[in-house]
Amino acid sequence: MKSALSTPTPARTAGVALRQRPGLGRRTADLAEKSWRPLALLLVCFGAWWLIAATETVESYLVPSPGATLDVILDKPGYLWQHSWVTTYETLIGFVLAVAVGIVSAVLMVASTTVEKTLYPILLFAQVVPKIAIAPLFVVWLGFGVTPKILIAVLIAFFPVVISMVTGLKAVDPEMLQLSATMGARPWQTFLKIRFPASLPHLFSGLKVAVTLAVTGAVVGEFVGADEGLGYVILQANGNLDTPMLFAGLLVMSLIGVVLFVLVEIAEKLLLPWHAGRRDPAATY
Amino acid sequence: MPEDAALKDGTAPGRDVVPAPAAVPAVRVDGVAVRFRTKKKDVTALREVSLDIAAGEFVAIVGPSGCGKSTLLKLVAGLLAPSSGDVLLGGERVRGPRRDIGYVFQRAALLDWRSARRNILLQAEMRKIPGERARARADELIRMTGLDGFEDAYPHELSGGMQQRVALCRALLHEPPVLLMDEPFGALDALTREQMNVELNRIWRETGTTVILVTHSIAEAAYLADRVVVMSPRPGAVTEIVDVGLPAERAYAATLASPEFRAATGRIRELLGAVSAHD
Repeated sequence: MKSALSTPTPARTAGVALRQRPGLGRRTADLAEKSWRPLALLLVCFGAWWLIAATETVESYLVPSPGATLDVILDKPGYLWQHSWVTTYETLIGFVLAVAVGIVSAVLMVASTTVEKTLYPILLFAQVVPKIAIAPLFVVWLGFGVTPKILIAVLIAFFPVVISMVTGLKAVDPEMLQLSATMGARPWQTFLKIRFPASLPHLFSGLKVAVTLAVTGAVVGEFVGADEGLGYVILQANGNLDTPMLFAGLLVMSLIGVVLFVLVEIAEKLLLPWHAGRRDPAATY
Repeated sequence: MPEDAALKDGTAPGRDVVPAPAAVPAVRVDGVAVRFRTKKKDVTALREVSLDIAAGEFVAIVGPSGCGKSTLLKLVAGLLAPSSGDVLLGGERVRGPRRDIGYVFQRAALLDWRSARRNILLQAEMRKIPGERARARADELIRMTGLDGFEDAYPHELSGGMQQRVALCRALLHEPPVLLMDEPFGALDALTREQMNVELNRIWRETGTTVILVTHSIAEAAYLADRVVVMSPRPGAVTEIVDVGLPAERAYAATLASPEFRAATGRIRELLGAVSAHD
């Protein structure tokens, strides 16, 4: 980059300027700029919730106040923590399995039209069947342990992974593939060096959907039959008309979903910096 | 042909590979026709095209949109099979994708996740050219195309002209005897395009590669090429081959002002006009 600085034609300086990472202060300012609106909206929602509870517009056994909900969380941190961990564990294992199986199926489907024609209708069928309806069956088959919950999480998170990966693998620039042919590239070389990396941005958009669905899958599994996990906590609270605990469970569950989603986004930024850079409006002048 | 004498005067090392005048042409297109079958009807993209291109020669192909110029390049590269007729590359019949060519498209078609240098080196990785030799060659090309200082930049950080230079380096890395260019500068602004034309002329002289350039610009064709192939609208056929008759080394302004250039562009324009009048 040094020699580029010595020849400051407009194109060159622009190229260099874009290579520099913004400083920490600048990045914090960016983050604040991006997040104050949703945070403000969240605050307004909390305010409304507090107002409804404080004025007792709705009976407090139906909608507990934010304070009561927070009290429950702070009161029984061990209890919630233990059950949250079970749900998180089921979600993560389910998600990882869904990603692994999803990627492999997508690659096989793109590699062979026979596989695609055989697998695609079955995938679609598996997606159309309501997972909540199969959940009891899994419990009958696999018992009350974590296995049926993981399986439901896999089943529900798997579809967006396959679809996004197939789309990504097929969206490769045809000219790039022709170029690869003139380079005498073998199919596996073209796959490893061109098709697979090119499909990753698509895959990641599927992963973001999949990770939030995996949480739903795990909780649905817990609803049907479990003695631990947030789904169990919510059912128990429901049975006892313990709405503060119910709200606390919901809150923690949403938090897990958000954290996992953000983790996938961070992984995307770390693994595909070139993609993030391309979306940066500064680069599209 | 007067330009042949000029070519042999060139001192670039690449010129050594030019075989004796009577040798096989670098590219021979022999009575080639291409027909596509769509659901509704049969389309003839090319009808009976024959063309010989000597080693080290620069040939430009101009013609209205859809006349099969790009199809012709794909035939030479072996990316497309002719319905009838033969394409020969270095005297050998083209049967599938050919490795002994370099290809440049209108869009640079770079890999977003690779720096300029690693995009250029993709060619070496696919061909298993030893790393040391490939890197030395890449450095040489980076210098030749004026990419120094941009080796580590990513495609989205480069201007269109710079991206096209990277694509050109990639196409030249394995020192192909034939370079195929499909409207490589079509997406660039006029000034960058002129600059790229001047550089392509120099690179052609330095490498001694045979070049086939498909273009929409009459000026670009006449400035760069030894011969300009003018094609008729679909179904494409060669209307006439115009000899430009300029030496290989061409200063831009002087060339554009020369009577040979003006005669050539005048003739090409006349041919294209006559051709489109049939529509």
